[in-house]
Amino acid sequence: MCAPPFKVSHLAFSALVAVLPMSRRLALTASMSVRIAFGGLLICTAVCPAHAMDGGEIARNGTQAGVPACASCHGDAWGGNAEGGFPRLSGLAEGYLAHELDSFADGSRDNEIMGPIAQGLAPEERRALTVFYAGLRAPPPDGTPQPDDTASDRGRMLAQTGEWTKALPACAQCHGPAGQGVGAAFPPLAGQPAAYIAAQLSAWKAGTRRNDPLGLMKGIADRLSDDDATAVAAYYAALPATAIGGAR
Amino acid sequence: MNLMTRFTGRSAACLALATAMGGLAVLTPLGFVGAETTAPPFVPQADSAIPDDDFGKVIRLGERIFRDTGAEARAFVGNDLRCANCHLDRGRLGHSAPLWAAYLVYPAYRAKNGHVNTFAERLQGCFRYSMNGKEPPLGDPILVALETYAAFLAHGAPVGVKLPGQGYLKLTKPKRLDLAHGRDVYAAKCALCHGGDGAGQASPDGTIVFPPLWGGRSYNWGAGMSSVVNAAGFIKANMPLSQGNSLTDAEAWDVAAYIDSRERPQDPRFAGDLAATRKAHHDSPYDFYGQAVDGVTLGAAAPPAGTVPH
Ligand code: HEC
Ligand code: HEC
Ligand code: HEC
Ligand code: HEC
Repeated sequence: MCAPPFKVSHLAFSALVAVLPMSRRLALTASMSVRIAFGGLLICTAVCPAHAMDGGEIARNGTQAGVPACASCHGDAWGGNAEGGFPRLSGLAEGYLAHELDSFADGSRDNEIMGPIAQGLAPEERRALTVFYAGLRAPPPDGTPQPDDTASDRGRMLAQTGEWTKALPACAQCHGPAGQGVGAAFPPLAGQPAAYIAAQLSAWKAGTRRNDPLGLMKGIADRLSDDDATAVAAYYAALPATAIGGAR
Repeated sequence: MNLMTRFTGRSAACLALATAMGGLAVLTPLGFVGAETTAPPFVPQADSAIPDDDFGKVIRLGERIFRDTGAEARAFVGNDLRCANCHLDRGRLGHSAPLWAAYLVYPAYRAKNGHVNTFAERLQGCFRYSMNGKEPPLGDPILVALETYAAFLAHGAPVGVKLPGQGYLKLTKPKRLDLAHGRDVYAAKCALCHGGDGAGQASPDGTIVFPPLWGGRSYNWGAGMSSVVNAAGFIKANMPLSQGNSLTDAEAWDVAAYIDSRERPQDPRFAGDLAATRKAHHDSPYDFYGQAVDGVTLGAAAPPAGTVPH
């Protein structure tokens, strides 16, 4: 069997990323992804070869048109990448994944890495990928501590009780009691990297993520201080995601 | 914690004074500031004030029952609701019929059953109607724990005055209720969470996250929420979740009318005659029981009342 190409870029990528502070990583990943994705290659259209419709194949190896392997950032064990702050895609609902890819493509979720990637995927490829990832069960945590050990009382309080004097319901009331998600509209938060969760909350505050139904998350994020966002992100990052996904 | 107890004690005393003075002065957490007409909302003490003893254990049990009613009071619950679904922030939130205000309005005469009700009897009614279940007998540890939790929340509040925030918001009554408009509001602002069929939504492990608004697993035809007046006030103040007061009054009335004109479990007082039950208990233009809506006579084929697990 030939070695999948993503291994190489993944290793080089991790090595580079590991030595940089988070603030610089995003800039770096952006330029890298542009290089990986658009190194003189064509965007795939309706004439993609049939085997490209296997979502797992695209996730592992990317497309012939040059969209990089999803696994190179989102984890080849399907668990995301806590170091780089890349979210886990396994076990997210099909409808949610599709909505996010559409949002990246139309700019309502404004992200310089995922924007070009989503635009580079044909509709059939997006569908194949959402079906593939939605059907995977989230892998067990790699020894991350449980929230009882690490999360601040503040994080737990925001997640489980809310702060109603600020019109903040508990996150659990929309994301499920264990952060396991509800239906296609409310994604799981359990086990997502803390840096990723915090980054999304800032994206809503800054107005760069504008794709939430009824503007629900914009309203929530605006009422959270930066310290609150950090505390609640740490709480959910430490919750195990093992029960999530594999529903197909 | 100590500070919290002192603080609520003082604020309650000041609140009583403010009320006695005919609303001339208003209190902030810092003391009196000038002349205003409205008293500030009462703030129940924090969880950290729950004593670490046998009394505290019962307060905590009451809080758990209130939050997780189906699990903690299983034998008396016949639907997928929890007390906290309608009394938000675990019975603390003003204008969401908070427990701290309710505790102090009983004993009270209730037209609903024609006699003076103690607080415990009021709680029995919640199980019979809102929870579509069975009444725990008076003295049952479940009622004792709920009452103890309510008393804890009411600690420091003045007795004998109706506290601001008691009950649900009262909206000015509209000239007419528009069910078609209500259906559109529902589709745009509610179905995301409560589902197109009103049945609510669960997480993959089966935990109910978004409670049902109608159908066999929701509140029954005898419940307070089946009156459009209560539902409109609750919805205006609290829905969509986290966006309270974002609907216009007309949207709140019409969507309340829409959900309260769908079929739900039978009124437990029904004894075979729909028209008689309507006349006795539902005789109001804000109550759809016994009326024909979309070709269905509501209550005629209602799912059974009081379906508790065996
Ligand atoms: C170069 C790194 C990189 C690659 C390759 C990559 N992604 Fe992403 N992906 C990201 C980053 C960074 C984010 C977070 C974006 C943000 O902050 O909004 C993300 C977010 C996402 C999300 C949103 C997840 C959520 O929970 O909302 C989806 C869906 C997604 N990516 C799908 C894919 C798919 C499918 C592929 C392969 C075709 C892919 N990604 C390839 C970096 C990458
Ligand atoms: C009123 C409902 C509601 C509440 C309460 C709520 N959320 Fe959300 N949240 C949503 C919705 C809806 C989405 C999906 C947005 C979309 O479609 O892109 C979401 C998405 C998210 C995401 C993005 C997940 C991903 O994979 O990209 C994060 C992070 C998040 N919420 C964090 C929180 C936190 C932390 C809290 C508590 C402080 C919270 N939410 C409370 C409704 C809610
Ligand atoms: C479906 C929503 C709903 C549920 C569930 C519910 N209630 Fe209520 N509750 C109401 C409504 C509506 C009223 C106001 C009734 C009225 O004024 O006629 C009310 C009134 C009350 C009152 C009196 C409030 C006052 O100020 O007089 C108490 C106490 C109460 N409920 C306790 C409970 C308890 C305990 C439970 C759980 C066993 C519960 N409720 C479940 C909707 C609900
Ligand atoms: C973001 C999700 C969300 C949206 C949107 C939403 N609700 Fe709710 N609703 C909830 C949750 C969660 C509860 C339970 C609150 C609690 O337990 O704190 C609730 C409770 C209720 C209740 C009382 C409990 C019951 O089952 O009867 C009613 C009535 C209600 N909602 C009506 C509405 C109406 C009408 C709309 C649209 C105008 C709406 N909701 C929109 C999440 C939502």
